[in-house]
Amino acid sequence: MTATLDTSPRLKRPDDVYQALMDAQKTMTAREADLFRARLVLLLANQVGDDDVVLAAIEAARPETS
Amino acid sequence: MASGFNYVAYPYRHVADQDAAEPAHHAVIVAGGGLVGLTFAVDMAVRGHDVLVLDDNDRVSVGSRSICVAKRSLEIFDRLGIGARCAEKGVVWNTGKVLHGDRLLYAFDLLPEKGHRFPAFVNLQQYYVETFLIERFAELGRGELRWKNKVVGVETGEDRVTVTVETPDGPYTMTCDWLVAADGVKSSVRNALGLTFEGESFHDHFLITDVVMHSDMPVERRFWFDPPFHGGKSALLHKQPDNIWRIDLQLGPDADREAEMREEAIVPRLKAMLGPETAFTIDWSSLYTFQCRRMERFHHGRVVFVGDAAHTVSPFGARGGNGGIQDADNLAWKLAAIMEGRAGETLLETYEAERVPAADENILNSTRATDFIAPKNAAMELFREAVLGLADHHAFARAFVNSGRLSVAHKCAASPLASPDEGVFAGGVAPGWPALDAPLGNNWLLEKLGGDFVLLLVGHDPVAFAGLPLRLLALEAGDDRDGLIASRYDLATPGAYLFRPDQHVAARFRHPTPEGVRAALDRAMGQMQ
Repeated sequence: MTATLDTSPRLKRPDDVYQALMDAQKTMTAREADLFRARLVLLLANQVGDDDVVLAAIEAARPETS
Repeated sequence: MASGFNYVAYPYRHVADQDAAEPAHHAVIVAGGGLVGLTFAVDMAVRGHDVLVLDDNDRVSVGSRSICVAKRSLEIFDRLGIGARCAEKGVVWNTGKVLHGDRLLYAFDLLPEKGHRFPAFVNLQQYYVETFLIERFAELGRGELRWKNKVVGVETGEDRVTVTVETPDGPYTMTCDWLVAADGVKSSVRNALGLTFEGESFHDHFLITDVVMHSDMPVERRFWFDPPFHGGKSALLHKQPDNIWRIDLQLGPDADREAEMREEAIVPRLKAMLGPETAFTIDWSSLYTFQCRRMERFHHGRVVFVGDAAHTVSPFGARGGNGGIQDADNLAWKLAAIMEGRAGETLLETYEAERVPAADENILNSTRATDFIAPKNAAMELFREAVLGLADHHAFARAFVNSGRLSVAHKCAASPLASPDEGVFAGGVAPGWPALDAPLGNNWLLEKLGGDFVLLLVGHDPVAFAGLPLRLLALEAGDDRDGLIASRYDLATPGAYLFRPDQHVAARFRHPTPEGVRAALDRAMGQMQ
C-alpha cells in the first residue's frame, strides 16, 4: 500500500522549528534565502524517503485554487 | 580534416531507372543512407531482401557526430556482421565522472557485471560506423545504394508509393511497396507528406569540437558543471579512436553563432580547458542548439519513419543514434516477415506500438538532462545550484545531478507481441525486454540467438517442439558455464524462453508445450487472438 501524506500535527515543538526556519533566513538576501529553501526542500524530500509521499507533498504545496 | 579517416566520395551513377518509360518498381526504398537507414538496409540484406537506399549526399557523416555506441547497438551490429569490427576500432568505456568545479561529485560504472560480450559503450565516430555498414552492405551483395539521389516528392497510394528523386542528371520517378524514411531530422519524406514534428526546442548553444591530441587522460566520460576553465557553464570530454577527443562546451542562449565558430574564438576556449602546454589540432567543430520532437505516428500506410526522421533528442544520454538503431532492428524483421507472407500487415502496427514508447522514453530522459544542464527558468536554475551545492557534501543529492542518463535498450514492457508468463518467474528477463547476453559454451547467448525465432530450452526435451517454425536451442549440461543464463533468466529450474528475431523475449514458460509455444509465436507475429 502506498503511504499517504500525513498532514496531522507531527512535530513536538512547532514554535521552535518555525522560529529556527525564520532565524535562518533573517540576514539572508532574497537569493540566499531562495537557495536555502531549495536545499531544505531537497534534504527533507530525501529524509521522507518515499517518492509517493514527496509527490503528494508537491501537490499539496501548490497554490490553492478557488 | 586531420584525423586518420579518409573520406571517400562515393560515385554517383546514372542508372536505367532514370531513363525508364514507366517508373521502375522496387519492393523497398530507403530514403537516407545514414546511420539508421544503412542499419536497416543491412538488416534487410541479412534477411535476404534487396532494398534500394537513396542518399542525397555522396559521403558518410561529416564529423564524428553520434560517437557513443551503446551495448545494445553493438549487439545489433554483431547480428549484422560488424559488431566485432566496431568493438575493435572503438574506444571501450564503462565509467563516467561528473565534476562540479574541480571537485569530483561521483563516478559511475555502467556495466558493473561481467559475462557480456560487449561493453556498456564504445566510442566510435559515426563516419566509421557508416563506412562499416556500407562495406557490409556491399559484401552481402543484395540491394543497391544510390548516391546523390535525393527524395523530393512522395505520393502514397493504396498499394504502392510513388517517389520522385532529384539527381545531378535531373529528376526521375520510381514506385515501391514500402518506403522507409530514414532521412534525418529535416526529413524530406515527412515534409512531402505534410506531417508534423511536435516537441520543444532548447535555446542554449553548444560548441562541439573534435580535437586531435596525444593525451594519457583516462578513457572515461568526464562531465563538468561550472568547471574552472569554463565558468558557469558545462563541459564534456570524451575520447574517440585515432587520438581524437570530443569536447562539448555550453555557450548559453546568447552566443553569437558566427563569431563563436571562428577558430580564434574556439582555440582560447580549448586552451583554457586543455592547458597551455597541450598541443592539439581541431578536426571538426559545430555549433548546435537542441530539440526534442517526435512525429505523432511513425507508420503511415506504406511509409514508415525511423531514426531522427521520426524522433529527435538532445545528445545528452547518447539516445539519438542508439534509439534509431533499435528502430531499424525492430522494423526489419517485421517488414521481412510481411514481405515473405509469413505475417499480415498488422505486424507493422506493432513497430509503432513498440517504438513510440521508446522514443518517449528517450525524449523524457534527454529533456530532463537538457533542462538540468541548461536551466530554462529561475526555479530550475535555483534548484540546480542547490543540488550541485549539496552534492559536494551529500551522497543523496548526487542522484539528482543529471548530465545525461545514458542509453540502455528499451524494454517494450507493454508490447502487444509479448505473451503473459506461463508459470512463475522470479526476476529474469520479462516478455518484451531485449535478451541479456551471457556466456554459452565457448560462445555467447546472443550470437546463438542470431536473427530468428528461437526457443531456448533448459531441462525440457526439444523433440516435442521439432515441428514448430523456429530454431531450437536446448542447453546441455556445462553449456551455461558460468551459471549466468540460470541467474539472468531465472532458469536454475527448468523452463523455456521464446525469443523474437530482434532478440527480444516474446514469451517464457515453466512447462512449455508445443501448443503454448505456437500460440506465443502467433502472437509475436502479430496474430492477436
